[in-house]
Amino acid sequence: MSAFRTASGGRVDRARRLRFTFDGRAWEGLAGDTLASALLANGVHLVGRSFKYHRPRGILTAGAEEPNALVTVRRDAARETPNLKATQVELYDGLVAESQNRWPSLGFDVGRVNDLLSPLFPAGFYYKTFMWPRSAWARLYEPVIRRAAGLGRAPEAPDPDRYAQRHAHCDVLVVGAGPAGIAAARAAADAGACVILCDEQSEPGGALLDGAPAQIDGLAAGDWLARAVAALAADPKVRMLARTTAFGYFPHNHLGLVERCTDHIAAPAADSVRERLWQVRAREVVLAAGAIEQPLVFPGNDRPGVMLAGAARSYLKRYGVRAGTRAVLVTATDAAYQAALDLHAAGVAIAAIADLRPAAAGVWVEAARRAGIEVLAGAAIGGTRGGRRVSGVTISGRTIACDLVLMSGGYAPSVHLFSQSRGRLTWSDSMRCFVPSQSAERERSAGACRGVYGLAAALADGAAAGLAAARACGFTGIERGYAVAGESATHQAPGATPPAVADRGKAFVDFQNDVTIRDLVLAAQEGFRSIEHVKRYTTVGMATDQGKTSNLNALGLVAARLGKPVPDVGHTTFRMPYTPVTFGALAGAARGELFDPVRTTPMHEVAVARGAVFEDVGQWKRARYFPRAGEDMHAAVARECLAVRNACGVFDASTLGKIAVVGPDAAEFLNRLYVNDFAGLGVGRCRYGVLLREDGFVYDDGVIARLAADRFHVTTTTGGAARVLAMMEDYRQTEWPGLAVWLTSTTEQWAVIAVQGPLARRVIEPLAAGIDLAPSALPHMAVAHGRIAGAPAMLFRVSFTGELGYEINVPAARGVAVWEAVCAAGRAHGITPYGTETMHVLRAEKGYIIVGQETDGTAVPDDVGLAWAIGRKKPDFVGKRSIERAGIRRAGRKQLVGLRTRDPKIVLEEGAQLADRPGIPAPMKPVGHVTSSYASAVLGHSIALAMIAGGRARIGQTLFVRVPGGDVEAKVTIPVFYDPEGARLHA
Amino acid sequence: MPEPVEAPRLLPPATRFILQCGKDARDAAGRGFGLALPEAACRAESAGGRAALWLGPDERLLLAPAGLEDVLAGELEAALGGLPHSLVDVSHRQAALAVAGPAARELLSHGCPLDLDDAVFPVGMCTRTVLGRAEVVLWRSRPEEYHLETGRSFASYVLGWLREAEQGG
Amino acid sequence: MLLIPCPYCGERPEIEFSYSGQAHLVRPPRPAELSDEAWSEYLYVRDNPRGRHAERWRHLRGCGRFFNAIRDTTTDRIAVTYRMGEPPP
Ligand SMILES: [Zn+2]
Repeated sequence: MSAFRTASGGRVDRARRLRFTFDGRAWEGLAGDTLASALLANGVHLVGRSFKYHRPRGILTAGAEEPNALVTVRRDAARETPNLKATQVELYDGLVAESQNRWPSLGFDVGRVNDLLSPLFPAGFYYKTFMWPRSAWARLYEPVIRRAAGLGRAPEAPDPDRYAQRHAHCDVLVVGAGPAGIAAARAAADAGACVILCDEQSEPGGALLDGAPAQIDGLAAGDWLARAVAALAADPKVRMLARTTAFGYFPHNHLGLVERCTDHIAAPAADSVRERLWQVRAREVVLAAGAIEQPLVFPGNDRPGVMLAGAARSYLKRYGVRAGTRAVLVTATDAAYQAALDLHAAGVAIAAIADLRPAAAGVWVEAARRAGIEVLAGAAIGGTRGGRRVSGVTISGRTIACDLVLMSGGYAPSVHLFSQSRGRLTWSDSMRCFVPSQSAERERSAGACRGVYGLAAALADGAAAGLAAARACGFTGIERGYAVAGESATHQAPGATPPAVADRGKAFVDFQNDVTIRDLVLAAQEGFRSIEHVKRYTTVGMATDQGKTSNLNALGLVAARLGKPVPDVGHTTFRMPYTPVTFGALAGAARGELFDPVRTTPMHEVAVARGAVFEDVGQWKRARYFPRAGEDMHAAVARECLAVRNACGVFDASTLGKIAVVGPDAAEFLNRLYVNDFAGLGVGRCRYGVLLREDGFVYDDGVIARLAADRFHVTTTTGGAARVLAMMEDYRQTEWPGLAVWLTSTTEQWAVIAVQGPLARRVIEPLAAGIDLAPSALPHMAVAHGRIAGAPAMLFRVSFTGELGYEINVPAARGVAVWEAVCAAGRAHGITPYGTETMHVLRAEKGYIIVGQETDGTAVPDDVGLAWAIGRKKPDFVGKRSIERAGIRRAGRKQLVGLRTRDPKIVLEEGAQLADRPGIPAPMKPVGHVTSSYASAVLGHSIALAMIAGGRARIGQTLFVRVPGGDVEAKVTIPVFYDPEGARLHA
Repeated sequence: MPEPVEAPRLLPPATRFILQCGKDARDAAGRGFGLALPEAACRAESAGGRAALWLGPDERLLLAPAGLEDVLAGELEAALGGLPHSLVDVSHRQAALAVAGPAARELLSHGCPLDLDDAVFPVGMCTRTVLGRAEVVLWRSRPEEYHLETGRSFASYVLGWLREAEQGG
Repeated sequence: MLLIPCPYCGERPEIEFSYSGQAHLVRPPRPAELSDEAWSEYLYVRDNPRGRHAERWRHLRGCGRFFNAIRDTTTDRIAVTYRMGEPPP
């Protein structure tokens, strides 16, 4: 056993020794240790280098507030977690930890030169220095700064661990399982409330884990704790979550908790959940988050071996570790005396207690003197000495040798979650800290987190809060108290933030971001008055610890410098997360195949079997093309296009949005919504519909069929299905609630098989039953009901290719059989499956627009050549008034045209900008841009669609398409390249 | 450890209709369907292999064994007569899954944000909601059994998601 | 995540809802009679209050109904929700 481990006591298991390594060196600890306590037990204090100056840093705290001791814990190449606080890392056998932010080694760090050059790195250094030239940022400044100032590295391999998520609901959520939290949970559960009690530590107990000398209800505090915890664990109305941090408080009592399930286990089972994210919705919340001891600000207060007094006490009482052999306590409060006395009793020499208060006196001072400890009242701290470990401290001009400096600036309530909940804080002059005043949520704070200190007071406060929370949920409970005896007066006087110390040497306020007094002074000198601005300028409180040990000191120092009361300087906003949360926990199961739903059509497997290459269209997988052996996309698409133009192609159009619009007022409803006339559409007929937003811009389009007097089948774009339905519901429910019409999404009900090409009729005819396919019976833009290949079908004669075309709609589960039947029937006619890429080429050859490709949310129908669709006699439709605005009718708007490149082989880039003269230097004001561009196999040259200012008046002109290295000449044409008369459609 | 749960599974095809209409038409449709359609919000009625689920104030989902599309449509349209309504066959639009067993509720709580406690979500309650990133209709058909309806193309996602949740404990 | 009382279904988590902007805007019955300015006002000009705001929500992944809510924009507290067509309380 090491020299720093006590012979007995604490909550570690002395029978279970655990091996671990730190920076490659092997050490031994005990079960129940944290990495920090195990390192201290081995006399290791130097655990990291600071962020900016690369100064040697040690362990400052014993908990989540630790700013210095950030380590990387490595299990394997993929399981390497940076930025863990050694004070929270539970030791397991075989643990491998490494320090961060040092190169090449922790003992000798080249970045240390930053400390020597520190006059060059004052507050705002980055803002002032790296201003010019702008290009140097990407090349020089940023890479260098990032390498020099890294905070550990994330592993590059995918995270192999499993993360789970859970929604939970309860009457009362209690955050923090110290005495106040345990009493609150007990009281709420006794009243009948369903309770969740969470705590970030490995076991509940909070401050009781540090060994309170008191008795509760006649039991030693430790025994009482064990009983209370066992009773809560056995209560079916209580869910206890250990190792669970409440990191975020969201509106309406919705809290985010992260439970760390396996990080403390040496060899977690392969399938086990590493972390679980709990989303808790609580009717009432009790915050019992405790308080955080604050450092003192004096030169060299960051040297390894300088530690918060309460932390040193915690290491001693909970872990059985003496953090040094000879200590000096520097304090501004009574609260730290207990630590000195306990360490003294455990054999640590207390060289002196330097009490900064001029009139230090009272029971604690007397107790210390009785123990033979020298107490220096009204002491002034000059600073510390030492290299990688403190070797002495200068008090009022006298240097005292020591290897441990305990400091205490008093306690600050942990108001982070309260503040996140938008509760209002108020400054307490007596305690010199912020405490919760007005709640914004159904929440109450209890115990130290609202400035109520001491065991008896915390228990009483917690019990009262738990009961009040249960009562607020409608439960009736009775009050009960706790009999506490033998409590020391330790926390009765919570302490105070001391006045600033002279800024000679480096006196750190924010340890993690390396912010010193001098930086704050500079900010005040430079005119910063609000703490929010000082924070951004100096980065104080902006590190991953969110200023848990720095905000209050910074505030006090700035206020003093400005000569203002603290509340006038204000306080910074606490934001979630309380402590960092892994992306894994936030993502949960949403990764890999479950990242987002992958939607496939009824015929998907057929396309897979045919070797289709797929593309993502929203959540859908759509077959893009069907390559044959040796074909690239270009060759496959050319072949597919020619097959449709010359014979017949088959296409899976199932993803098209479909909406059944049904009811006596269905026609009137669509008439009001779409630009077209739908009142006059005959049963069995289809019409191409254009939908505008109320601002007049094209929102969606699709074919609408009238299946019966009161029933329409509306199709939308694949991507527009949900938003069109939402827009329709909006008008139906809120503008025209008097119309008897209802909307039902039928997108997924139907498998849609498009059969397109001059031979399409010959393919389908033998499969059709009860449908006359003769052009006179089923002309272009007509629909019929019947059976296709035995399946009940709606057969639309529609075309998005410009060829004779049909779209067979059958119930989804019949899709594969009908597809196979169509392919079999079409074999003799050369039927060819084609994908979305071919569909795009074919429609572009015909100048059919795609909403979202030709349009960009600023195009009105006339801009894209759709003015013809507008029902001229209609007095109103959605968007009509908007397209009549003067600004929309002015000349020079972008209009849809075609482009033919002078070199027929050049396929323009979609999005390319157009100029009316060649060689205009950038930045130029373009006359338009290319929206669609393809090689057309049937035409033997490239084609493009473009939106060009005053485009229709430019037909016949030559424009210049800006490409890398020059301009490409292109002639403006009408936007229809193939069969402009439309004869093929009506075949 | 989670209690044992029956593996989430896909249910066989079914006949499904969305009926949207006012109260008079609903009463008439109930007579044609052989099952009074629920009027209370978020309630389902079921008997004899048929079920009617409240999805919205004027929207009901009607469930029946597979293959009854034409029969049911005929019966319902006849019962509805000239009353304004919308009856749409959605048999193939959706797929159904069952999550059953003592831990079914806990399993759903992995991705469903609703409070599924007995007092809040009793047997016979149904609602549209979300599970993971999918929209579902969740119906507590029995004390330890939930019937889920989801879009046809979301079924494999929902099933995969439930299986992952089972692993996730 | 807010907890929103749907007037039909009761309290539900925000994830089931979609937000639809300011409430009680009525589409002019005869838009053609409006000046360009008046129409633009209807299209684009919205309140942006600090505090009480009447707004539209839809229980999209629930009963599908639009409804109105009075929400405090500073505290997110929802004072009341009510059905479409009902006057603001
Ligand atoms: Zn609702």
